[in-house]
Amino acid sequence: MYTEKVMDHFKNPRNVGEIPDADGVGTVGNPVCGDLMTIYIKVKDNRLVDIKFKTFGCGSAIATSSMITELAKGKTLEEGLKISRANVADELGGLPAIKMHCSNLAADALHAAIEDYYKKHEKGEVKNK
Amino acid sequence: MDHVAGRPVEPRVLDAMLAYMKSSYGNPSSLHVFGQEAKKAVEEARAKVAGLINAEKKESIIFTSGATESNNLAIKGVANRNKDRGTRILTSSVEHMSVVNPCKFLTTKGFEVVFLIVDKYGFLNLETLQKELTAKTVLVSIVYANGEIGTIEPIKEISKIVHAENAYLHVDATAAAGQIPIDVRNEGIDLLTVSSNDMYGPRGIGALYVKEGVRLEPLLHGGGQERGLRSGTENVAAIVGFGKAAEIAKEEMQAESSRLTKLRDRFIEGLLKPIPYSFLNGHPTTRLPDNVSVRYSFIEGESMLLSLDMAGVYASSGSACTAKTLEPSHVLLAMGLKHEEAHGSLMFTLGRYNTEDDVDYAASLMPNIVKRLRGMSPLTPKELRL
Repeated sequence: MYTEKVMDHFKNPRNVGEIPDADGVGTVGNPVCGDLMTIYIKVKDNRLVDIKFKTFGCGSAIATSSMITELAKGKTLEEGLKISRANVADELGGLPAIKMHCSNLAADALHAAIEDYYKKHEKGEVKNK
Repeated sequence: MDHVAGRPVEPRVLDAMLAYMKSSYGNPSSLHVFGQEAKKAVEEARAKVAGLINAEKKESIIFTSGATESNNLAIKGVANRNKDRGTRILTSSVEHMSVVNPCKFLTTKGFEVVFLIVDKYGFLNLETLQKELTAKTVLVSIVYANGEIGTIEPIKEISKIVHAENAYLHVDATAAAGQIPIDVRNEGIDLLTVSSNDMYGPRGIGALYVKEGVRLEPLLHGGGQERGLRSGTENVAAIVGFGKAAEIAKEEMQAESSRLTKLRDRFIEGLLKPIPYSFLNGHPTTRLPDNVSVRYSFIEGESMLLSLDMAGVYASSGSACTAKTLEPSHVLLAMGLKHEEAHGSLMFTLGRYNTEDDVDYAASLMPNIVKRLRGMSPLTPKELRL
């Protein structure tokens, strides 16, 4: 059902965890649907220098979360906002059709984390780096 | 350990079938010797299936293509034939889709269907049954024991209530028949669904017990086989296999059900005891001998299944994430579980070839699987975090 790459990210997820002093946090989904993910980002010089995730969900929810942390790390915020759900799925060698909507939320979570960073930045909660 | 999804065909059943597939091609409707030989084999199998459920006579057994057809025949057959008696149908909220969907279909044909509530164990609420059972009620369809949670319904009590209002009682015994004793006469059952594969017989064959005098409209019209209730040339080899499977199930039921019950309880303890925030779904004792349904908080079922699968253990889940729909199991939700609890459910169904070693091995995998997934989950409370 899943590609080898999905299973690899499920078995050995990259960047699991929280960043206690994150510059931006994005949470999408909800446990009622069976998927909930939170992405934490650290920003320096407009770049995503660190990124971690916590996910409640099925195999593809965990794999997409792990995948996006790899895709986004080191990218600028603008580049991060351009990473789409389709990019994540393609990078994993595809996802089962039914999972494309429900469990492919990682891009949304990343975007939410970046938006959160922008909001805090405007409010001056995050130092201009 | 996912026997509810499919069981192997028992070797003795296969032997009985092969004899027919190799040499016997007679049509039971033919008068000549080949036909009569096939007819004899079908009638012997019918008697064995009747014997398993203590039917009054073998002619009360109608062979069908399986449990889905039997449930459809019972529900649509009774409803369509008995409109003069009423157009109201009662069923429970823990039925298989092959009961749920024919009932829903009938609501588009002028019937009124009520899905009765169950308690936290999955037992039908008998007061609600009593209350909803009006003079217009023609049929009540209740599962003998739900295959997902294993809870065994109080059929005899249900029957008394239903018959006091002169409605028919259909019971879906797909998961129960062959595992625990069923007596249609003693329990007061008018129609009963039985499946072959669920008792280690071949797929594509099942039966509906129809008590004498119950009026039914057929789904299939044709040559009038099976007392006119199910036309089509009989699948002799499959029927012979089903008969053999029923015979074996009856002979070995007592020993096998007590063996499985011990295995089940050992497994449940092994799955729950070492892990905090773990729970049993369904009733601890009034449950099918093969059913082990548990849930773990803060994590999701499919990711547990994948982890078990990598270690060679095959189970199933109440989560939507393993299904074709996006909703978690309606059965678990009907028992009052929250969506996230249903998503975190794991179901094992034990079989004739499972051993203590099997269940001990599967249980030994869970602490690490749960720990790893909880470590990734944002729902895990602080005290459980590593």
